[in-house]
Amino acid sequence: MSTITEIAILVLAAFVGFEVISKVPNTLHTPLMSGTNAIHGIVLLGGLLLMHEAHGILEHLLLVIAITFGTINVIGGFFVTDRMLEMFKRKPEPEESAEADE
Amino acid sequence: MAEGTIFLQSTNFIDACYIVAFGMFIYGMSGLTGPRTAVRGNLIAATGMALAFIATLLTPHVLSGSSTPWLIALGLVIGTAIGIPAARRVHMTAMPQMVALFNGVGGGATALIAWIEYRHHFGGDFPLKTEIPSLFAAVIGSVSFWGSNIAFGKLQAILPGQPIKLPLQAVINLGLFAVALVSAIILAAGTHSQALFILGILLVAAVLGNMVVLPIGGADMPVVISLLNAFTGLSAAATGVALNNTALIVAGMIVGASGTILTNLMAKAMNRSVPAIVAGGFGGEIAAPAGGDTDRGPVTSTTADDVAIQLSYARQVVIAPGYGMAVAQAQYAVRDLEKALEDRGVRVLFAIHPVAGRMPGHMNVLLAESQVPYELLKEMDEVNPEFSRTDVTLVIGANDVTNPAAKNEPGSPIYGMPILEVDKSQSVIVLKRSMASGFAGIDNPLFYEPQTSMLFGDAKQSVSEVTAAVAAL
Repeated sequence: MSTITEIAILVLAAFVGFEVISKVPNTLHTPLMSGTNAIHGIVLLGGLLLMHEAHGILEHLLLVIAITFGTINVIGGFFVTDRMLEMFKRKPEPEESAEADE
Repeated sequence: MAEGTIFLQSTNFIDACYIVAFGMFIYGMSGLTGPRTAVRGNLIAATGMALAFIATLLTPHVLSGSSTPWLIALGLVIGTAIGIPAARRVHMTAMPQMVALFNGVGGGATALIAWIEYRHHFGGDFPLKTEIPSLFAAVIGSVSFWGSNIAFGKLQAILPGQPIKLPLQAVINLGLFAVALVSAIILAAGTHSQALFILGILLVAAVLGNMVVLPIGGADMPVVISLLNAFTGLSAAATGVALNNTALIVAGMIVGASGTILTNLMAKAMNRSVPAIVAGGFGGEIAAPAGGDTDRGPVTSTTADDVAIQLSYARQVVIAPGYGMAVAQAQYAVRDLEKALEDRGVRVLFAIHPVAGRMPGHMNVLLAESQVPYELLKEMDEVNPEFSRTDVTLVIGANDVTNPAAKNEPGSPIYGMPILEVDKSQSVIVLKRSMASGFAGIDNPLFYEPQTSMLFGDAKQSVSEVTAAVAAL
């Protein structure tokens, strides 16, 4: 893919990001942070793409660490966001489960 | 079979997967605009992530080599083994640290990947188109990793929460940034000691990350966490450009946009500029706050029973929570009190300042956890007109965001910051552990107002006592 195409995607993505995210209400800012946090764990893919080209112990080790970090970021991020959002979602229903959940 | 495999591994198919994946990120995030669609939105984004992951594994050669699949699996297993328990066990009150930590590892991954990418091109052909984004990702990723770790340490109280300041902090930081930049340019221009240079850049960026976050105090944390989040996003996007991966570019930019928006919102809510916050917290300015030593008169102290009586006979009560509620884990106690008052026909509202707590939306998450209906949570602009109609305002562990000095005392370090105008209500009850000042070390004239009384003690215990007393009335 040409550099220009990539930069075009970059710029457009920034605008779309601004549009979408600026509509998120204050109430959901913490889940928004942890959700977007999970999304940037996508750098994990970079680790996958480079692993087969790695030479020597150092590079392999660094990439395993990078993949570990990325996985913590993605999996942990989506999990914790889901936990938080479930709390927001069940809100409108009557609160029978309130005590049980503690 | 073979043909099928070839199709699945073709660039077109993989690119198509990436496009669908980033479409799902955007669609998923747009679900976050309402509490009802948010869970599904998060799931959609997660599914997009899984799709991008599978597409990457399908890319030719990615799994080639005898050890490659195992090493990849190793990283995935360790990451999952750490990530899932952490995410499941963390208390909602500890969410800011968790987010800081997850953000940090993301930044760390970016920096490491950039480093490897660099090593692969030593002495050989390294097109600028790949090199510049790699360097950007290395610097910003490293700053983000170390900065987030320091933020985590401060929030987790491993490091002191008060600002740690060095002389000439701003000058040193600028110097470090300049060193990183110049090294990056030398590297890009081509040098013989590339291995040393890239290490040097990562190190300088690491020191910079430490130096930028260390002087920042607790109340500025919402800004810093948002900023670091934006950094990690941008560095991920840069990695995407270096690796020709559209899913990475789009995902990174969405995070960058979200982090930037939140950073600006938080800074605006404190009436401070982002550079001013990064250059150093309030900490340095408290030495001589104008009129800080003036005798403000006596403080009225009250008891749980008195508070219960006041609350029970009120028509409208506003609860203004702050970081103290999180520290005391008082959100369930607060919910019980709200229910008890509602049962007596008192109208209860919650006043949420945008920077209350340690990250954007921190109070909302805690109150959602304890099942406070979100219709009762009012943002600052919405709730400020209500105070004049409010009989009792209960300030729970919030200090600076209710400090009238921000409006009335031009000499105050927080002058100009928009606040919850709790002092306009008929009476104010402040729940506080002791008379020690808040994070900013700024005296709060609110405590000395004639309509204010103080209920000293642990917030959770005090609220429970009040609730019991309300129920007994």
